[in-house]
Amino acid sequence: MTTRIFGSGIRRREDPRLITGQAAYTDDIKLAGMVHAAILRSPHAHARITSINTDAAKASAGVLAVYTGADIEGVLNPIPCAWAIPDSDLKAVAYPAIASGVVRYVGDAVAVVVAENRYQAEDALELIDVGYEPLPSIINPEAALADGAPQLHEDAPNNQAFHWVAAGGDTDAAFADAAITVSETINQQKLIPTPMETRSAIASWSSAMGELTLWNTTQNPHIARFVTCLVTGVAEHKIRVIAPEVGGGFGAKIAVYPWEMITAFCSMQLGVPVKWTETRTENYVATTHGRDHVEYVEMAADANGKVTAVRSVVYAGMGAYLSTAAPGIPTILHGLMYSGPYDIANIKADVYGVFTNSTPVEAYRGAGRPEATFLLERLMDKVGDAVGIDSVEVRRRNLIEPFDNNRDVAIGITYDSGNYSGALDQLLGHIGYDQFRHDQEHEREHGTFRGVGVACYCEICGLGPSQVAGAVGFGGGLWESATVRIYATGKVNVFIGTSPHGQGEETTFAQIVADEIGVDVDDVEVVHGDTDTTPMGWGTYGSRTTVVGGAAVALTMRKLRDKARVIAAHLLEADEADIEYEDGQFFVRGARDRAQSIQDVALQANVAWNLPEGIEPGMEASTYYDPPNFSYPFGAHAAIVSVDPDNGHITLDRYVAVDDCGPQINPMVVEGQVHGGVVQGAGQALWEGAVYDDNGQLLTGTMMDYAIPRAHLVPDIEVHSTVTPSPHNPLGVKGIGETGTIASTAAIYSAVMDALKPIGVTSLDMPLTPERIWRAIREAGYTGNGHGHSHDHDHGHGHNH
Amino acid sequence: MFAADFEYRKAGSIAEAVQLLSDNPGAKILAGGHSLIPLMRFRLARPEVVIDIGGIANMKGISVSGDTINIGALTTHAEIASSADVQRANGLLAEAAGGIGDPAVRNRGTIGGNLAHADPASDWATVLTALGATVSAQGPAGSRTIAVADLIEDAFATVLGENELITTVSVPALAANQRAEYAKMAHPASFYAVVGGAVVVTMDGDRCTAASVAVGGLTPRPVKAPAVEQALSGTTLTMDSIADATARLGDDLSAAGVDIIGDVFASADFRSNIAPVEVKHALLHAIGLAHH
Ligand SMILES: Cc1cc2nc3c(=O)[nH]c(=O)nc-3n(C[C@H](O)[C@H](O)[C@H](O)COP(=O)(O)OP(=O)(O)OC[C@H]3O[C@@H](n4cnc5c(N)ncnc54)[C@H](O)[C@@H]3O)c2cc1C
Repeated sequence: MTTRIFGSGIRRREDPRLITGQAAYTDDIKLAGMVHAAILRSPHAHARITSINTDAAKASAGVLAVYTGADIEGVLNPIPCAWAIPDSDLKAVAYPAIASGVVRYVGDAVAVVVAENRYQAEDALELIDVGYEPLPSIINPEAALADGAPQLHEDAPNNQAFHWVAAGGDTDAAFADAAITVSETINQQKLIPTPMETRSAIASWSSAMGELTLWNTTQNPHIARFVTCLVTGVAEHKIRVIAPEVGGGFGAKIAVYPWEMITAFCSMQLGVPVKWTETRTENYVATTHGRDHVEYVEMAADANGKVTAVRSVVYAGMGAYLSTAAPGIPTILHGLMYSGPYDIANIKADVYGVFTNSTPVEAYRGAGRPEATFLLERLMDKVGDAVGIDSVEVRRRNLIEPFDNNRDVAIGITYDSGNYSGALDQLLGHIGYDQFRHDQEHEREHGTFRGVGVACYCEICGLGPSQVAGAVGFGGGLWESATVRIYATGKVNVFIGTSPHGQGEETTFAQIVADEIGVDVDDVEVVHGDTDTTPMGWGTYGSRTTVVGGAAVALTMRKLRDKARVIAAHLLEADEADIEYEDGQFFVRGARDRAQSIQDVALQANVAWNLPEGIEPGMEASTYYDPPNFSYPFGAHAAIVSVDPDNGHITLDRYVAVDDCGPQINPMVVEGQVHGGVVQGAGQALWEGAVYDDNGQLLTGTMMDYAIPRAHLVPDIEVHSTVTPSPHNPLGVKGIGETGTIASTAAIYSAVMDALKPIGVTSLDMPLTPERIWRAIREAGYTGNGHGHSHDHDHGHGHNH
Repeated sequence: MFAADFEYRKAGSIAEAVQLLSDNPGAKILAGGHSLIPLMRFRLARPEVVIDIGGIANMKGISVSGDTINIGALTTHAEIASSADVQRANGLLAEAAGGIGDPAVRNRGTIGGNLAHADPASDWATVLTALGATVSAQGPAGSRTIAVADLIEDAFATVLGENELITTVSVPALAANQRAEYAKMAHPASFYAVVGGAVVVTMDGDRCTAASVAVGGLTPRPVKAPAVEQALSGTTLTMDSIADATARLGDDLSAAGVDIIGDVFASADFRSNIAPVEVKHALLHAIGLAHH
């Protein structure tokens, strides 16, 4: 037998076109007669618009139209929020595509210019005269909720967007009885997702047909169509949304934004195709951000370090408006994960969603789960310190025992399967934990500060049963579908409702097909990203594409195999019960030489010259798959860092990841996902953070200031795995798209704190910039130990730090 | 990020470039474009005429004559980093060039454009100041030589005339008994220098007989450090003597009378405290006391 294609690390078929620049992104598409839109954005974080004069702009060369908030009133409906968390007093405030009256963040749209080319549109933007009366603004979500804070929305008193509490057990009693309690204030800084491709849309309205076609950089074209219908009033079946090549999403391309709705509006007004593409500077204020929590968190434990309770009060910044999925992130995807991989009997999450005068917040890789992991791991380290046991030992004392089919946790959800200590054991072996601890002690005596951080995690993904989606206020389903067609030539098209944008499912779904029905993987092509050609699906986010969409593909293949078996039996003139299947061949038990291949059967099915009674022609099947539960991947990661006490510079020396996403369809794709995720999480720990001044101006508004991770600052990431199948998934698979980000911020942060432990540094805000480290070291009273410069970091040329 | 309207002119020779500058007041020279183009796209610069000098052959390339390395102003950082001649004659030049930005920046950015732009975070300004380099500038009245130490007046301001062009950068080769190093704290986003310290020490065994030290990144223009230099000269270089000498950098910064730059990433106070550390790191590397 040949090597099984399921599990082979074959190369991604997506890569040649991406690497050679042949991929066509939205901005690469040029339609006949297409004109260009540019959006005028508020320079103020909060202001009343007192006047707008567009006369000069309208008269400017090449300009076709200028629209303001007044023009869209009654034509474009407000942008809806699609995740109305129940029992949370959620305020669905009006979110107009173009502001009218008041602007609420730097980047809020004030007007749009449409011109023959983009340069003319930009020139005209400069000619629009807007009178602003600045209003006081507020950026910090905790401060925004306080008495006397500037108010963003009349119908959201105190800027409270929602208040959500989830609890299991009796947390207050557990804290009252605890031998040990630890607490921490955590600032989950606001992050800017920075996909390589900024956002972009082309709208083409056909008045004759009453049809709108929208090319859109989205992670979920079907949701985009649904929302476009609500906002524009064009009926759903008259809208086609196409997601061409999408250059990274990370959550920032889930939302339906005002910008593509404005683009659609312009096309519908002018009757010509209109393109809008965001500049990078615009992207930094107009595309959603991630995280932005101020958290007060506590943990209670007995004298042995067995944790009895965890609780939080979280102020989650929502930005100025509620983006499509935003309310679900600090709640369902965060508060429900406070058990992590640990056995904790009493849990309470108390989360305020708060409006602030900043760019709206959405999912960002990990979305709520990195924050949950971070607080658990931070508190776990503190419990270890309080009890006086090693950070690994305290985790061991709290991990849930291995289980292979369902384990309830106190907050009221059920994990599918897990072997958390298995992952931790493997990790410790790879990192050489005991040896490191031994060496570390010796190094510390010589003034070298290295640290190790271990993060154990379990996360919720593979969203999710639609019934649960409905129960938690998600404005849609969370099932997926696939249609598979095998042609007369034996070649296969797979049409899917999910919308991969870099994750590699064009490759891995072809592997599923090849594995299930024995065709060559190169005979399978996966089609996605177009509402006219693909079946309904809810999109790619929450590490759900393979778990839910891949399952739909696998189940479809099993239907086709069943049909093929009936046809093969007929062709072989045998009883169906006597037909065996192996590797794409159907044969009568014991007579392998007289086989019908899947290709033979597909040919017969398509020409239909000789089909059994009652069997329809064609070799096509569809599946609508609604998962019975979420999937709960898990793992353990470790980072080793060095800190230079002279200048506060941190070097990431080693990073080891052990992840369990069940059986891996393609280990190389898994490795790629872990790499990317780990690096993005490292970004939060070490480099990234949106910084605003007191007037709500984004100070890190360009890539010269906002530091996304650079390849040469990251070591070779060592990727390992364990395999614990999900009991409820047809393929046993769990999600892997976000695990890296979920674990790495916590692991790296913990490693830095471990390095600084002998100096007495106990708390630091992220990102861990050299200045923050240097100050903390000084404030802790460290002045060096006289051994001088005994450790040095060299990143190649120029001794650059 | 769409530039305002401008006229594009291509100069075929240095003389033509100077003529075009004289004919078009306010025109901007385009070299690698890595600083000019972003400024134009932000509409912070709006030159009516842009003069592309990229095709002027005799402004490119590296030659060593005697003890001097002559580098055409249009030579890219990548060419300098990979030049065997440069590596042989003055390893610090190659090392500094290789530490600029990232590969894309090094492949486009030029040494002349870097100096003319006079970004306080430039590596070249600091390194070339410590090395005692000079530039040749060509204007309508002819050519003149300017020490890099005198070239930059302030942040983004040089002594170059409106119609003057840097044509060549000349750098002394290092003598057999000289060691030179550069250490920088790089901004994690751009890799520009937050603080950079460049040192050239002339050694007689363990003893330093002469030193040239410059810091940049934290100041609007590179600052020479005579107090540190003096403390190093005539001293046997050890961990302790180096630490003592670099502790005097504060005096040099005060004497220079320049503002210390601070921003979101690194405050002025932090930068002033880190400058001696970077100079110390450079010195320790120079004399082999720090292991790579
Ligand atoms: C992302 C990024 C990272 C960077 N990192 C670093 C770094 O780490 N260290 C560092 O030192 N630099 C760094 N740079 C700067 C870069 O290396 C270039 O040196 C710099 O942008 C200017 O060189 P240029 O050839 O691109 O000049 P241009 O952008 O073409 O010109 C810059 C200015 O100089 C003028 N000019 C150009 N050539 C001449 C000449 N021969 N005579 C007179 N005037 C002239 C132009 O008119 C313009 O005003 C970085 C740049 C970027 C974009």
